[in-house]
Amino acid sequence: MTTLTQTAVRPRATTAPQRVRRGLSGKVASAAAIVIAVLWTTPTFGLLLSSLRPEDQIKSTGWWTFFSDPQLTLENYQQVLFGTSSSSGQMASFLINSIVITVPSVLLPLALATFAAYALAWLPFRGREWIYIGIFALQIVPLQMALVPLLSFFSQGVDVFGVHLLPAWDLEGSGRFVQVWFAHTCFALPLGIFLIHNFMAELPGELMEAARVDGATHGTILRKLVLPLVGPALATFGIFQFLWVWNDLLVALIFAGGTAETAPMTVRLAQMAGTKGNEWQRLTSGAFVSVVIPLVVFLSMQRYFVRGLLAGGVKG
Amino acid sequence: MDFDFAAEQPKLVQLLIGVAAFLVVVAVILLLVDRAPMRRRAWTHATILLLPAVALLSIGLVVPAVRTTLLSFMSGDGMRWVGLDNYAWMFTQPEALTVLRNTLIWVLLVPLLVTSVGLLYAVMVDRTRFESLAKSLVFLPMAISFVGAGIIWRFVYAYRADDQDQIGLLNQLVVAMGGEPQQWLQESPTNTLFLIVVMVWIQAGFATVVLSAAIKGIPAEIVEAARLDGASPAQMFFRVTLPSIRSAVVVVAVTQSIATLKLFDIVRTMTGGQFDTSVIANEMYNQAFRYGETGKGAALAVFLFALVTPIVIYQIRQRREVR
Repeated sequence: MTTLTQTAVRPRATTAPQRVRRGLSGKVASAAAIVIAVLWTTPTFGLLLSSLRPEDQIKSTGWWTFFSDPQLTLENYQQVLFGTSSSSGQMASFLINSIVITVPSVLLPLALATFAAYALAWLPFRGREWIYIGIFALQIVPLQMALVPLLSFFSQGVDVFGVHLLPAWDLEGSGRFVQVWFAHTCFALPLGIFLIHNFMAELPGELMEAARVDGATHGTILRKLVLPLVGPALATFGIFQFLWVWNDLLVALIFAGGTAETAPMTVRLAQMAGTKGNEWQRLTSGAFVSVVIPLVVFLSMQRYFVRGLLAGGVKG
Repeated sequence: MDFDFAAEQPKLVQLLIGVAAFLVVVAVILLLVDRAPMRRRAWTHATILLLPAVALLSIGLVVPAVRTTLLSFMSGDGMRWVGLDNYAWMFTQPEALTVLRNTLIWVLLVPLLVTSVGLLYAVMVDRTRFESLAKSLVFLPMAISFVGAGIIWRFVYAYRADDQDQIGLLNQLVVAMGGEPQQWLQESPTNTLFLIVVMVWIQAGFATVVLSAAIKGIPAEIVEAARLDGASPAQMFFRVTLPSIRSAVVVVAVTQSIATLKLFDIVRTMTGGQFDTSVIANEMYNQAFRYGETGKGAALAVFLFALVTPIVIYQIRQRREVR
């Protein structure tokens, strides 16, 4: 009905987009869209509200009771972040681990992928097609396939027919971060090189040529010319890698161990969900702490992320 | 209740070491490239720039993939060859078959649901006044870890006995409508469906954003022409919108199937693979790292590889077509 009236009232000189809107997004569609948006937001909202409610209340009544009996506290956060008893969560410690793990695990692949992508896009050497295809194909290898051998590489070194080629790393304590950085860097490279290469290959060749004629070295071209131009691609891959590393459970579980010394928040949360599945006040506030940093990063960088996603995934 | 900052110091030192290592690596590579004279053949420069990445890829992916394939033909301790025993186990033992069945359900349902919800939503909010806000809301779970999402949804599914107040939203709704509260995560095979809901919740935003961009790319003339011909909204959708964005739909469906095959965290956080909910990636972890059955774990990983390969190859060809 509404659609009909609108069509009748509006002047005929409407643009195509407006016509589509009337056709596909009438009142019913808008209502359905709102319903989906509410459905998608409610679980997270429930978590946030729960994490702020007093312990006995979380455990006995639903979070929606808040609206009839509003009581909020920061007690849960204080306990889960700074409590020192082993049952409390010790999240502050794991939060620091997450940061220590993430920073180098984003920086290293970003730099190495940029170098490799530059060589593959702009250096005319024989066999570069093959190297590129090889790296691209490595995206096929699920990281599950690499875990067992990589772990034994760290713990036992490399032996070929009884000859000790590389010693074991035998990392202890905070040294184990190195393993996690190493693993994340390896696993990130195929996608990183692929994304950045695609972007770099589209830069105008005359630009590089002109710089080279002027006597610039590859190092200078990379720093002064290419880096500023591929900023968006670097941002996209950087966000991708940040989210992936920050949210990762599998790699951390295997290479960082499960202690407050090196394990990130995801590992701790998974442990808490397993052993203290009913301590909702800690689970909810802990989960929210782990969620808030990627959410902030994601929200502030969403624009770049979406742009890069679309450049890599689909055209148009 | 005292948090000991001093105890955290070694980590921060380690972080400094990591960042310093990063700076040194970058500086050394740039320095070497600058030192190699431009008259030299491109090979010299290429080697300097490519070597670190290629070396890491070999150590981190190529060699391990080969070794895992070998391990899959060996016994759990990696000491003797057992031929195809591990693969036989995978396709005959009931518990392993459950895992394969679950993985199949996941891979069939997740791409289908994610793509349809994303498409539906993208079409519905397209060019409405609140479009960008609506898309952001649905896109947000993308930033949440699977572990975090697992906890959020465990809370939604939480169960309390009949005589108590429900704290889980879903059971509250069931009770409000006069039903009995359910243990959603414990009854097979429906519990797998409840886990799938979590994955769809996380990924639908991705699909919405990609598909929405594709919809906006449909030329206005086509839309206008269809309008003038008097196409109904349904005809519009199936005859104009859907065919025009076919390649974007395929991209979404393919990325989702790959992500789903490797899925591990949701199952582990929410049920730990109990109550018949385990999937390949989770079982692989259990076998290799908890039960010390490296051979079986490796066989599962190789199987995963075999499943992912055709999808990725299809994606590559699709991509080339799009370009």
